Amino acid sequence: MRKYIVKRILISIVILFFVGFIIYALMRCLPTSFIESMARQKAMQPGSKSFDEWMEQLKAMYNMDKNIIPGYFAWLGTALRGEFGDSWLYTVPVLDKFNDCVWLSFVMGGIAFVLEILIAVPLGVIAATKQYSRADYTISIIALAGISLPTFFFASLLKLIFSVKLGWFDLFGLVGRNYNHLSAWGQFLDKANHLVLPIVTLVVISVGSLMRYTRTNMLEVLNADYIRTARAKGLSERKVVYHHAFRNTLIPLVTIIGGSLPGLFSGALITETLFAIPGIGYVSYQAMVGGDIPFSMFYLVFLSVLTLLGNLISDILYAVVDPRVRIA
Amino acid sequence: MSQFDDTNKETNETTANPNEEHYSLNDDRRVKVLSPGALVAKRFFRNRLAVVGLSILIFMFVFSFIGGLLSPYGEDEFFYRDDQINKEFAVVTENSDFRYLAKDSSLFGSPVQAQTMLAIQKGNAEFSYSGNNYTLTQEGTDFYSIASGGSIVGIAYKDIVSSSTEGQALSFEFVYAALKSHAALEQEVENEAAQETAGASEAAGATDDAAEPAAPDAPAVKTFTVDGLTYTIDEDGGVLQGDTEVAYISRYIVQAIMPDIFLSRDFKEKLIDTIAAGESKFTYTDESLIMDDDATAAEDSAEDGIGAMDDALPEEDSSAASATAEYTIERSQNHANWIIRQQQSSRQYDSYSFPSSKHWLGTDKYGMDMLTRLMYGGRVSLMIGFIVIIIETVLGVIMGGIAGYFGGWIDNLIMRLVDIFYCIPSMPIILILGAAMDQQRVEPGRRLIYLMLILGILGWAGIARLVRGQILSLREQEFMTATEACGISIKSRIFKHLIPNVIPQLIVNCTMGLGSVIITEATLSFLGLGVKFPFASWGNIINDVNNTHVLTTYWFIWIPAGTLLLLTVLAFNLVGDGLRDAFDPKMKR
Repeated sequence: MRKYIVKRILISIVILFFVGFIIYALMRCLPTSFIESMARQKAMQPGSKSFDEWMEQLKAMYNMDKNIIPGYFAWLGTALRGEFGDSWLYTVPVLDKFNDCVWLSFVMGGIAFVLEILIAVPLGVIAATKQYSRADYTISIIALAGISLPTFFFASLLKLIFSVKLGWFDLFGLVGRNYNHLSAWGQFLDKANHLVLPIVTLVVISVGSLMRYTRTNMLEVLNADYIRTARAKGLSERKVVYHHAFRNTLIPLVTIIGGSLPGLFSGALITETLFAIPGIGYVSYQAMVGGDIPFSMFYLVFLSVLTLLGNLISDILYAVVDPRVRIA
Repeated sequence: MSQFDDTNKETNETTANPNEEHYSLNDDRRVKVLSPGALVAKRFFRNRLAVVGLSILIFMFVFSFIGGLLSPYGEDEFFYRDDQINKEFAVVTENSDFRYLAKDSSLFGSPVQAQTMLAIQKGNAEFSYSGNNYTLTQEGTDFYSIASGGSIVGIAYKDIVSSSTEGQALSFEFVYAALKSHAALEQEVENEAAQETAGASEAAGATDDAAEPAAPDAPAVKTFTVDGLTYTIDEDGGVLQGDTEVAYISRYIVQAIMPDIFLSRDFKEKLIDTIAAGESKFTYTDESLIMDDDATAAEDSAEDGIGAMDDALPEEDSSAASATAEYTIERSQNHANWIIRQQQSSRQYDSYSFPSSKHWLGTDKYGMDMLTRLMYGGRVSLMIGFIVIIIETVLGVIMGGIAGYFGGWIDNLIMRLVDIFYCIPSMPIILILGAAMDQQRVEPGRRLIYLMLILGILGWAGIARLVRGQILSLREQEFMTATEACGISIKSRIFKHLIPNVIPQLIVNCTMGLGSVIITEATLSFLGLGVKFPFASWGNIINDVNNTHVLTTYWFIWIPAGTLLLLTVLAFNLVGDGLRDAFDPKMKR
């Protein structure tokens, strides 16, 4: 087992190395006018160096003077030491900015995730146990509709209904207009209020796939021979479903849920942008659109790490949860 | 026998034959074997949800690809509307002060004018100023002549004589004579009116027609002669030389706000009539403009035509193309004058117009027909979906097939590549590339191609993994050993024997994938980083909803597009599901 994990981690590192390289190469190929405009700005100051000199200096500062490959190694060298440089857009160290906004995303994603599991798993189980019933069709259609809903359309609908027509929530932002005048508890409530719609959006958009996954796996288990045996044994249907079948369904579920845990840190790029919630998704969206290379570079690599970590966790969990895998 | 008929009807088309009794037992018992394809189709069509999905898809294709042809409008055809702007056009003042006109300015300077006014107010017939004696003669209502030493030196009047031709000064003699005859005429008309009423009251008792007022129907006319020219003056105050009008007399002063506009008398008269009638609106058709602006008028009528395509940007109609304009009259606050506003039309994008018979779903920000936009948008969205999926599939099948078949280090290499592509965060990368293309101002058509390539290249890893997994298990089966034994080439072993066995899975995957590609494209376009104008896509149609005003007010801009998008993706998913069940009945209980 340990050998397997170590091997997986090593492979992941190699993958990460190449992913980082691809991302870096892409970034370097981007026509970013940021350095130029910065150099122009600095050259405009009285008694300053010429534009070209500033350009050189800034390029050297951001490792942009080297070729892509040496540039990548230079970036890698500083990144391994935990230095990702200063964000161009936010003019603070990348990690500071990241630290500022990642927790909001995590909280938002976490709440949505828990709700998602609480909704998807029971509904999926119901749909599977009552296959081809009206409930099954309804749940399947809802799940599919959730998958098919474009985030931005659903968010706009929510805004129209709950913000405009009913006036329950604000259209944008994390805090209301009079946030600064509220007590600590009031501030908390204000933030919570602003997070309702984004979380609802996240849940509805992503609940469908987990629901379908649960249903499929539950169906597979219910078709297994040992379920027939359990039924033949005269066990109550309740016991068959929740004792025998559901436990086995949990194996793939735990795997996939564990695998998506790291994803909670990645932020919800589209949803946060739509609701202007200053989480990591929104912040990095602005950085990416604004051509902020250090921040985008960091965010992309961070996302890759999260993906790899997710895969690793789900593989390990699979082995942990299902003893049959370990034996094999 | 009859119980077999029932089952036969389902499977055997020939049971329609009425002579079934003549069939031999063999024919009757023959089991019709459906081809695998037909079997799948049968299973598919039994699934109600899948059929619903399929019909939605068919509708979408008809809507997007045929609808665009049927729509009378073009994809990027702008519509304009003529907006009415009330512009201040003229000011009308009722003259309440005396105006003075001197024949001899040395004898009738402004101090004398002031004295005249005092005299008029007091009712004095004579006054003197700086040694000169003046006599004041009332010649009509609010019309006096001032004489000194027996000859007239000036006049004071309230009715204003203005020249009909622009910028032509009128001589003192002319004004004097005109006013004089105007006053006389007025007097006459008044007398006549008095007589008339008197006559009417007299005639009230009598019934004879002779008592009918003898007032001439022809307008009262007076003539006067100045400098040997004879002028006639009519009741309305027009001064005519022969048939041409040279001047007119009116109590009202009408001044255009723009100095370069000359107001015709006809216009002024109509305006004053309207004011007198107490109305606040009137229309006036300037005939001279109709004559001049034939071309503009023609253009106007062309705009009304549906197919008219006009590249011109909407701009104010400077040429006052419409000869007929509507004017509103408003009394200014101190009641001293009236402000006339001309309703001028200016052309603008017919943006956000609500659904009407001309535009069934209204128009968007740039005045483009929404329904047509949706049709073309569907075309782009579906096309992008298909092309991206084709790219993904081709790449995925080749890579997965090679990896699965050869195994070993090739497999390892390709699978690590797949891992890498799996790991690349695709959405951020597409966003970044979109922003970069924005910066480079990539031409929209080319951008569309780049977008498809990027989406395709970032998405093939999943298909490669699927194909490889399938092939790994198929490779070990007997039929593959058989192909090897037959000495079939590797290429055809992969592409003729392995890949066809993967195709069911592939089709299911692609159908589901289509939905997600369409969503990705729509999301990008929604963020303004995907498909760009002039191309429509469902995403960039909804893009307008970023404007809160549109979100709250103009539902027809974004709800139809979003619904179409949702339905299409849902339909792809339903069909994909149905296909999976149809291909793999083991999944069904």
